[in-house]
Amino acid sequence: MKRFLPAAILLFAVIWVALSLLPAPERGAFDLAAFGRLPVLADGRMKPLDTIARNALLMLQGRQRLETKEGRTVAPVQWLLDVFYRPAEADAYPVFRIDNPDVLSLFNLTPADGQGRVRFSFIQLQAGVGELDRQARLAAETESALRSPFQRGVIDLQQHLAYYERLGYSCQPPDRPDFAADLADAARFRACRPGFEAMNTFGLLRLIPPAAGGEWSTPGRILAAAAAPADVDTRVFLFAAIGHAWSDGQSESFNALVRNYRLELAAGFPGLVRRCGLEAYFNRADPFATSESLYLLAFLLAAISWLRWPETLGPAAYRLAGLACALATAGIAARMWLEGRPPVTNLYSSALFIGWGSAVLCLVLERLNRNGVAVSAGAFLGFATLVIAHHLSLGGDTMEMMRAVLDSNFWLSTHVVTVTVGYASTFLAGFLAIVYILRGVLTKSLDKATADSLGRMVYGIVCFATFFSFIGTVLGGIWADQSWGRFWGWDPKENGALIIVLWNSTILHCRWGGLIRQRGLMVLAVIGNIATAWSWFGVNMLGIGLHSYGFTQAAFYGLVVFAASQLLLIGLAGLPLARWRSFRPAAA
Amino acid sequence: MNRFLRTTVGFLTSLRLTVALLILSILLVFAATLDQVHLGVWGVQAKYFHSFVVMTKVPGTAVQLPVFPGGYLLGLLLLANLIAAHTCRFRFTWRKSGIWLTHLGLIVLLAGEGLSGLLQHDNQMRIDVGQTRRYTESVRETELAVVDVTDPSYDQVVAVPVSLLQARGAIQHPKLPFTLKPVAYLANSSLVPLAQAPNPPAAATLGFGTLEAALPAPLTYKEDEGNWPSAYVELAGPEGAIGTFLVSTMLVEPQEFSYGNRTWRISLRAARDYLPFAITLLKFTHQLYPGSDIPKDFASTIRLKSDDGADDRQVRIFMNNPLRYGGRAFYQAGYANNDHTAVLQVVSNPGWRLPYLACGLMALGLAVQFGIHLAGFLRRRVSVPAGARPVSAPVAALP
Repeated sequence: MKRFLPAAILLFAVIWVALSLLPAPERGAFDLAAFGRLPVLADGRMKPLDTIARNALLMLQGRQRLETKEGRTVAPVQWLLDVFYRPAEADAYPVFRIDNPDVLSLFNLTPADGQGRVRFSFIQLQAGVGELDRQARLAAETESALRSPFQRGVIDLQQHLAYYERLGYSCQPPDRPDFAADLADAARFRACRPGFEAMNTFGLLRLIPPAAGGEWSTPGRILAAAAAPADVDTRVFLFAAIGHAWSDGQSESFNALVRNYRLELAAGFPGLVRRCGLEAYFNRADPFATSESLYLLAFLLAAISWLRWPETLGPAAYRLAGLACALATAGIAARMWLEGRPPVTNLYSSALFIGWGSAVLCLVLERLNRNGVAVSAGAFLGFATLVIAHHLSLGGDTMEMMRAVLDSNFWLSTHVVTVTVGYASTFLAGFLAIVYILRGVLTKSLDKATADSLGRMVYGIVCFATFFSFIGTVLGGIWADQSWGRFWGWDPKENGALIIVLWNSTILHCRWGGLIRQRGLMVLAVIGNIATAWSWFGVNMLGIGLHSYGFTQAAFYGLVVFAASQLLLIGLAGLPLARWRSFRPAAA
Repeated sequence: MNRFLRTTVGFLTSLRLTVALLILSILLVFAATLDQVHLGVWGVQAKYFHSFVVMTKVPGTAVQLPVFPGGYLLGLLLLANLIAAHTCRFRFTWRKSGIWLTHLGLIVLLAGEGLSGLLQHDNQMRIDVGQTRRYTESVRETELAVVDVTDPSYDQVVAVPVSLLQARGAIQHPKLPFTLKPVAYLANSSLVPLAQAPNPPAAATLGFGTLEAALPAPLTYKEDEGNWPSAYVELAGPEGAIGTFLVSTMLVEPQEFSYGNRTWRISLRAARDYLPFAITLLKFTHQLYPGSDIPKDFASTIRLKSDDGADDRQVRIFMNNPLRYGGRAFYQAGYANNDHTAVLQVVSNPGWRLPYLACGLMALGLAVQFGIHLAGFLRRRVSVPAGARPVSAPVAALP
């Protein structure tokens, strides 16, 4: 039984993963998935409408799942279709997340009015939009780093409302419910002129493919330039017809229109249609979410294995973590293929990569040591970084285009990847040290063999981390010399990386000079966690410098809590060894 | 004496000193990063890194107190520690060859960074499409320029650095028939009509200063703002005072006057570095990703023509692709005027190659050193069979 348990656990996990990767069966009569795969140009990138819908929901309400007041679940693409074609229904969905009670009071609302106490519909907010704009203008005068939570809340909400309203102008003016008929008739077409102008001004989504070698365009731009229906690209009519079918509940006509349009596109843009299809599939399969759960499970099994059934749970944890890592690898590879970029391009992907890197390192270490220690640290880091990545994805598209200076695959793949490996390994050393401290102080399970093995691992990883963080920092300097004319500019992000390099070399020098031994090594490695977290997130919070590309306010509290927890662990490690349960002289 | 020497050498070569210096460096870098919010990146460099001690004002007074060792001091001490350790303590062995290489690289790196701090100049060139420029301008330093423009074929320029204006002493120059006496210097200022300025810092008697006055403004370190210095300068010939000018970087055109049958122009302007070659901007392009305001590429196409006629060619400068020429590097830094003006960052740093050398050495050294460790680790693993590990025993030999 014991022999087969790890294999059985792995088998169940594989089945679970396979199920999560299968395409979902369509529940309704409308082929929403096919509509979601249609390509569109937005924010400089071709992407499927499914991505637009999911990212919009993430940005507006902090999650992709949408539930109506009555508890009915609305799929992201379904929501987007309603925003395009049935504004009255869309306005009733509670999609605006408002956490700040002061912001709520601008609309005479209380948390009790919202779905889940935080989500509100456009209809609920409509009356207060004027006051919101006034408050947002006031808040805009304060520098972004110095704004109060209320001011930030006001500005965020105003931007969200504006984005939502602009989405409504993508395919037809919101006040023309029968737009397909408007376009068919010359007189009604002329009457729609103001609507066309509004679509041209507000429309964000370039849905209409170029006729011959030109650019993708918004329906609004084409309509505003057309004198009569005959001048209008047929695809504009097509989107109006899709809207007509959607609002009228004619699923067969909807499905046929979408299917034919995709076939037409596939003839002209085969690569694009394939890529958007994969991205929509990737969105739904969400390999990182599955990987996150698997990592958590692996971590729990590994942690329990220190105390009980090590020969069964240890291998099971190792296999689960391996599966989670394989899944994350596939996810990262898919992102790389979709973007045509190296793995790390922004803060979001750096979180994915740090988790991936430390998991891979840990799997290697676990193979060498097989004591359930490395795998627990790797699984925990894999899990934690995916949680962080999820929070970072709330900011919008995670595959955004690279700004001019960053638009260099060579430097992204050398400097950014290397420095991220440096971060990952510094974290890893710190988390292995935490395992040492917690097991040593709180349990009796830290025997000499395990302690020595941890000591060797932490030392080895610190060496590894020193090497990679140094090389990464230097490559960054060379990049800066190539693009800004100075090797080193004391920019906050550069300083952060420098601190990691200096700290890792401090640890090594302390150790070589005999200033620390095993426990001291662990304490210093935990401090390395604080240094790395600071460099990774803290410097972005200052909101200054050339690298402040990922300013995140909410992360600030996370960082403070994290640093405090690390200090607590250091305090714990400072307990006299006689108080460590593992090292207490065995009671006779 | 001997004992003192031994203690000193012992101190200088000790690893404890290394560790202490590393930790102090970390604290310095950390504090400087935080202070950057207030001081800006240049202010921080001057206060923390390009200094021997970090001075801080006692709140509420003008008293400056030393509070922390500065970048130069820590760098020099690290250098001394490193060199002392290698001459007195370390013996070269192949097992430590990686450490030697790494430390050699570090010496080069520290020296290079010190050299950059002393010798690097950052200038800018703002150039319109079709325009030809023969000089670059400093971003932060200004100068008082007095130009003899009498001869239409060439200008005779006398440039006075700001440090002399601040010193307030009379300035005499062989090319000038008059002396310049700075009356007031404002590091940042605003210009207001004379009627609205009851107490101007000085009274101008000639030119623009008879209409407007410069009032002192607080220094700014914000990234998107600059300081606008102004100065009152009194000109005096052998026969007595000529008059007092108000000069300011806010004035675009220099002020013209005649003296001794010659025509002069006086202005306060960004400090210039004249080039032995000319640059003409032929074309500037600025691309966005379609359907977004995310910049995709900036590029300046220029014509480069050297005075000696050896070079006359077209060059495209774009992101991550600078032009290195005549001891300077030209980078695409920005644009203005609806893409009609390109802003090039111009850096001259004779030591720019040192970091490359240093990093090569250090990377190689670390790879060798950790490679040796790794090989040893793997060898030991092979030689200890798994069954030989003790299963459970309290750790006796812990710190």
